[in-house]
Amino acid sequence: MEDIAIVGVAQTKFEREKRDLNYAELVYGVVTELFEKTGATHQDVDNIVTASSDFWDGRTISSMAIQSAVGAYMKSESKVSSDGTLALLYGAMRILSGQFKTTLVVAHSKGSEGAPNLIANAAFDPVYQRQLGIDFHVASALQARAYMQKYGLTEQDVALVSVKNLANAKKNPYAQVAGDFTVDDVMNSGYLAEPIKTLDASPISDGACAVLLAHADVASRFTDKPVWLKGVGHCQDGYYLGDRDLTTSPALAAAARRAYQMASIDDPLKQLDVAEIYDAYSYQELMWTEALGFCQPGEGVQLLKSGVTAINGSLPVNPSGGLLAAHAFLAAGLVRVIECVLQLRGEAGEHQIPHAKTALAHGSFGFCGQTHCVWILSAER
Amino acid sequence: MSEEIIVHRTALSIPYAWAAGRHATRFYREIAEHRKLFGTRCPRCQRVLFPARKACSRCFTETTDWVEVGPRGTVTSFTVVHYAEPQIQPLPPPLAYALIQLDGADTAFIHLVSEVNVAEIKTGMRVEAVFAESPQGNILDVKFFKPITQG
Repeated sequence: MEDIAIVGVAQTKFEREKRDLNYAELVYGVVTELFEKTGATHQDVDNIVTASSDFWDGRTISSMAIQSAVGAYMKSESKVSSDGTLALLYGAMRILSGQFKTTLVVAHSKGSEGAPNLIANAAFDPVYQRQLGIDFHVASALQARAYMQKYGLTEQDVALVSVKNLANAKKNPYAQVAGDFTVDDVMNSGYLAEPIKTLDASPISDGACAVLLAHADVASRFTDKPVWLKGVGHCQDGYYLGDRDLTTSPALAAAARRAYQMASIDDPLKQLDVAEIYDAYSYQELMWTEALGFCQPGEGVQLLKSGVTAINGSLPVNPSGGLLAAHAFLAAGLVRVIECVLQLRGEAGEHQIPHAKTALAHGSFGFCGQTHCVWILSAER
Repeated sequence: MSEEIIVHRTALSIPYAWAAGRHATRFYREIAEHRKLFGTRCPRCQRVLFPARKACSRCFTETTDWVEVGPRGTVTSFTVVHYAEPQIQPLPPPLAYALIQLDGADTAFIHLVSEVNVAEIKTGMRVEAVFAESPQGNILDVKFFKPITQG
């Protein structure tokens, strides 16, 4: 792939409710911050890709609410109504088309302004599923139990993910939920949908984030610390949950394979320095580390307990706290990319992983990880 | 600026009329007229897909035979929901959902489990469909599944 770099990133602090700014103002804030950091101007941006959702924003053509905020007037702007990692992919493709040298990628959502369970329910097929009243928690709980049963995991095992990530989040100034929680705290946090408890589930968040992509020809105009897109893979599993084996994620494994191949990675556990992955629920971190090839199927919990994925381990997973610390729908995957960029630039502050050179960012969309997108990023061209 | 921010509260209410299509129509007719559950077979992978549908998403092939499945099946995973969403949930919490593999089907599907102490639901539990008295042509024409003691 021709060389494309991420030359700047910005994110808001994620909060349960951001009343002071409507979502256009929220987006304007991250875009102007990104311009300040990179010295880019509105004129430097050829093309804009946004990630947002009509349902979550409660308006048809959600991107029009932020047209001014991203500076899309008289420019090319298009929306991806899916996770921000896929918006990044589309943005990179537009640069690869040769038509554009730069692309601004922006994602936003305000979970506080909608009704998340009702919106999730509306993602189910109206003919065969919707009237059952199922939502994200229900679907994920069915997957969590199926996975835990297959490998004999206890709820206490899975709770260790929340303990690790929420402690990591204390070092991340953008996180919404953070703290020193014990396994007992997670166990006592109250069931949403068994076996998922409140502290096993990502919070509902308001926030936005932005990334500036540039072709190698122009990257040095914006930064002396570009982060290069080295590999990407994406893949989609079946839509009907009952059609899938929910204990495994062949779609994520396929996406990872493609990304690794493109980036010449044959031993991810050795070659990656840090991974930021889409743990919308605690059990998912275990499943995803298996599908990403960090360990064998069913060994995610051993990997966690061995300390490999701890912030001081050999392959830290979610040093930012991941989604359990903040989950702005659609933005959360792009935040994983941004967190990797901060790591590779040595700008991650208190949760910095020393000498990080190669990072993996993962985004997902749909029930039980239906769609996946995996990015490999590097500080070296 | 410490003034109270104005919040506009509203609800979008937009009616839709989704055509179920021929396959789902036949599926619901079989329930209404015969109290029977049907899947469709993919001629390529030979899987019986439930609920009945026109195409196999894995093979990109049109299904051919209609195959009667159930009404009994096995719970492969389950959850008990502890929060209320009265706008969407058909039963008050704690309500139980399960992934159910119907006898004769090669796919599982999600439905409600009721007439049971939710604490006693287990994977591997045998359940059977309870049909609604007056079918409306939707998935709640199977009211829920209930445990069976033998079979």
